[in-house]
Amino acid sequence: MDGAWNAHCTPMLPMSPTSIFSPESTPARWVFDLSLMVYTITGVIFVVVFGLIIYALVRFRKKAADDGREPPQIYGSRQIELAWTIIPILTVLVLFLASARVVAFTQRDSRRPGSLEVNVVGHQFWWEYRYPGLDVVTANELHVPASDPAKPRRILLHLYSADVAHSFWIPRLAGKTDLIPNFPNIMWIDPERPGLYLGQCAQFCGAQHAKMLLRVYVQTPEDFAKWAAAQKQPAQVNEGALHGKEIFERTACMSCHTIAGTPANGRFGPDLTHLMSRDTLASGIADNTRANLRAWIKDPGALKPASLMPAMGLDDSELDAVTDYLMTLR
Amino acid sequence: MAMQSMTLSRPPVARSRTDGLYEWVTTVDHKRIGVMYVLLALGFLVIGGLEAAAMRLQLIRPHADYVSPRVFNQIMTMHGTTMIFFVAMPLLFGFINYLVPLMIGARDMAFPRLNAFSFWLTAFGGLLLYYSVIGGYGLYGDGNAPEVGWWAYAPLTARAFSRGHSSDYWTLSLLVSGFGTILTSINIIASVLCTRCRGMTLGKMPLFAWMSATMAVLAILAIAPLTAAQMMLMVDRYLGGHFFDTQAGGSAVLWMHFFWIFGHPEVYVLIVPTFAFVSEIIPVFSRKAMFGYPIMVAATVTIAFISLSVWAHHMFTVGMSASSTTFFMITTMAISVPTGIKIFNWLATMWGGKISFKAPMLFCIGFLLQFLVAGLTGVMLATAPLTWQLGNSYFVVAHFHYVILGGIFFGTFGGFYYWYPKVVGRMYSGTLARWHFWLFVIGFHLTFDFMHIPGFLGMPRRIYTYEPGRGWDVWNFIVAIGAAVQIVATAVFILNVLWSARRGPLAGNDPWDAWTLEWSTTSPPPAYNFATLPTVKSRRPLWDLKHPEDPDWKYE
Repeated sequence: MDGAWNAHCTPMLPMSPTSIFSPESTPARWVFDLSLMVYTITGVIFVVVFGLIIYALVRFRKKAADDGREPPQIYGSRQIELAWTIIPILTVLVLFLASARVVAFTQRDSRRPGSLEVNVVGHQFWWEYRYPGLDVVTANELHVPASDPAKPRRILLHLYSADVAHSFWIPRLAGKTDLIPNFPNIMWIDPERPGLYLGQCAQFCGAQHAKMLLRVYVQTPEDFAKWAAAQKQPAQVNEGALHGKEIFERTACMSCHTIAGTPANGRFGPDLTHLMSRDTLASGIADNTRANLRAWIKDPGALKPASLMPAMGLDDSELDAVTDYLMTLR
Repeated sequence: MAMQSMTLSRPPVARSRTDGLYEWVTTVDHKRIGVMYVLLALGFLVIGGLEAAAMRLQLIRPHADYVSPRVFNQIMTMHGTTMIFFVAMPLLFGFINYLVPLMIGARDMAFPRLNAFSFWLTAFGGLLLYYSVIGGYGLYGDGNAPEVGWWAYAPLTARAFSRGHSSDYWTLSLLVSGFGTILTSINIIASVLCTRCRGMTLGKMPLFAWMSATMAVLAILAIAPLTAAQMMLMVDRYLGGHFFDTQAGGSAVLWMHFFWIFGHPEVYVLIVPTFAFVSEIIPVFSRKAMFGYPIMVAATVTIAFISLSVWAHHMFTVGMSASSTTFFMITTMAISVPTGIKIFNWLATMWGGKISFKAPMLFCIGFLLQFLVAGLTGVMLATAPLTWQLGNSYFVVAHFHYVILGGIFFGTFGGFYYWYPKVVGRMYSGTLARWHFWLFVIGFHLTFDFMHIPGFLGMPRRIYTYEPGRGWDVWNFIVAIGAAVQIVATAVFILNVLWSARRGPLAGNDPWDAWTLEWSTTSPPPAYNFATLPTVKSRRPLWDLKHPEDPDWKYE
């Protein structure tokens, strides 16, 4: 799925999965359309003024055969001043009206009824997603259904922060909106094309701001329904993994992590009930493989220094047992 | 007559060997304080520049590991704080301190001792900031510079998230230097209002003085809320206050408002003095009077006024209402009108002139063209929906470095070369100056032109590393190369400053055939500036003197 974005990238710049030039959702598209107009206007101004300055520099440079006399002194002209005041004012007015329209349209009735609502909670340094209507909790990888152009359905994100300010930015889906503690925000998206959309935290939030990556999986409504139904189930504990489960519950793991259907109900760290349904670990920084998972549990600071998850000091056999246990959480 | 000019071109009081540290530390002479401000700024410029180089090295490729995440965040915080508060501000204050009394025909600033006090506050503020490196966690040299970013957004600065004392050094440093800034600003305003020479009405003041005074008013209005916010932050951290402490019901957004109602006028605090340099240099090197002087004054004051009402364009992504967003959008866009007027007036000043491309003029031309670009990317960012995408991305980093480096520093380098012969008494090396200019132009454009692109491609600012495969790698590589070229250019500049101070040819009183009062006295000027205080009849007193058949005062 990682390659799905390739086809729609602008040919002008190197292909990027996070380019604002290949919007895939209405808010991003509105910004893109407006930006074309803004680039044009500013581009024309640039060419005209730049050209005038260069022309003046060449035309009025001091010639080699200079007579040494001072040029005529001109102190100003009211008409000219008036002209270069009024023309910019009109230009600004046009730009302002066009942008104000986009602001109004984007923010108008963002709480449209029938939207899928997701609570997004920013943490140092990971993302928590809770679907209040679906009874689903997950982390770091947001799944949403694609919007059908015939029957558009928006996804309304309620943005909260558990600690400091963060910002939710998937350039191809929408502009960013900050997650600020004590200051709930909302934003909406309506992607139509299934695929994986990338982004990352866009507000400096501490040591690992750089590794607070965002992944949004846009699925067909059927796939999404299947995914949500699976996520709703409590964890299926495999008989063979009971030793690891016991270690998980004996050490401090369970004070921070929830595994539905077991006594583990901590809220500081990501919900692990369906850990293995996710593609990545630690907010998108590594593939969710057994080796990476084991390395992460052994010493989170080695992969992500200053991560808030401590190394639990497990020995090798305990590590294997806990990893085995987590690997069963599908 | 020949005898007289011979003696005048040398300082009447030779710099004796006894003129040592003691005289400099205890001085209240505006010129010496000005020089100390500039030297302080250049020292911090080297430090801040090396910090920038370290960051560009770390970002030269994805997943590089030259500095650790926390050290990167510390470098980033120190770079921003250093460059704004301990490079740009003291540099500009140094020029203003040195030049305003000379240009308005005064013997010193209105309050010379307050002037010295303000300088030392600023200097100690800078030392306090860097003391955090050894004092952040107590005294065991762990290396604990503040790591909250130079905006220090709440609640990252709350004690829960910022342990130790690194944030406190940051707070105290800005508090102390902030008082220095406010006091100097009061001094500048008082000097401009009360110490002008005979005949110099407000309408005949050099634009430099007008712009300096405007900047001073703006600085008082901008620094005051920052100072208040720093005190509130200290109350939060040590006296159990809850202004910004979100865990106890405080408001993170309140800090943002406080910071940016300082932060945006601050941009104009820095750029208005640069306008002042350019407005003195372009006319002299085009051999024409400034076009539209009254309009320039009006545009400056208008910019200052509007700049007080634009701050929340830094907050377009925090979830403001549509009406607030719209308000801050129109005010921000409006500021481009008086700014455009200035550019057109400078253009009209060159139009029909005889332009000579000496180093001061070269840097002013760099300023004009780069500031034009910075203004246009500023218009893009004033468009709130574009900021939803480009805000906090590398596009913004490129934009404001275009303003600060491409605009403010290019203009200031122009000023540096223009007044260097006046301050030092010797001419700089023109060859080295041209090398400095062209190397800096190349380095600057390699770095900051290409830095816009990763912003379009979704690269957020303030990240210590990035993922491969996002199309950002090549741009960051070019940016790092540009940074290296800029370091070389700066080395050439410093070499020129040091070498020419000893070996440069004597400059004489008026090497540029200029028109304002500072060129009527010796280079460097005596402690008392003018043997007899001048009397002026127009904005260009030396023009009147040199062209008695066609004086300015007939037309103004």
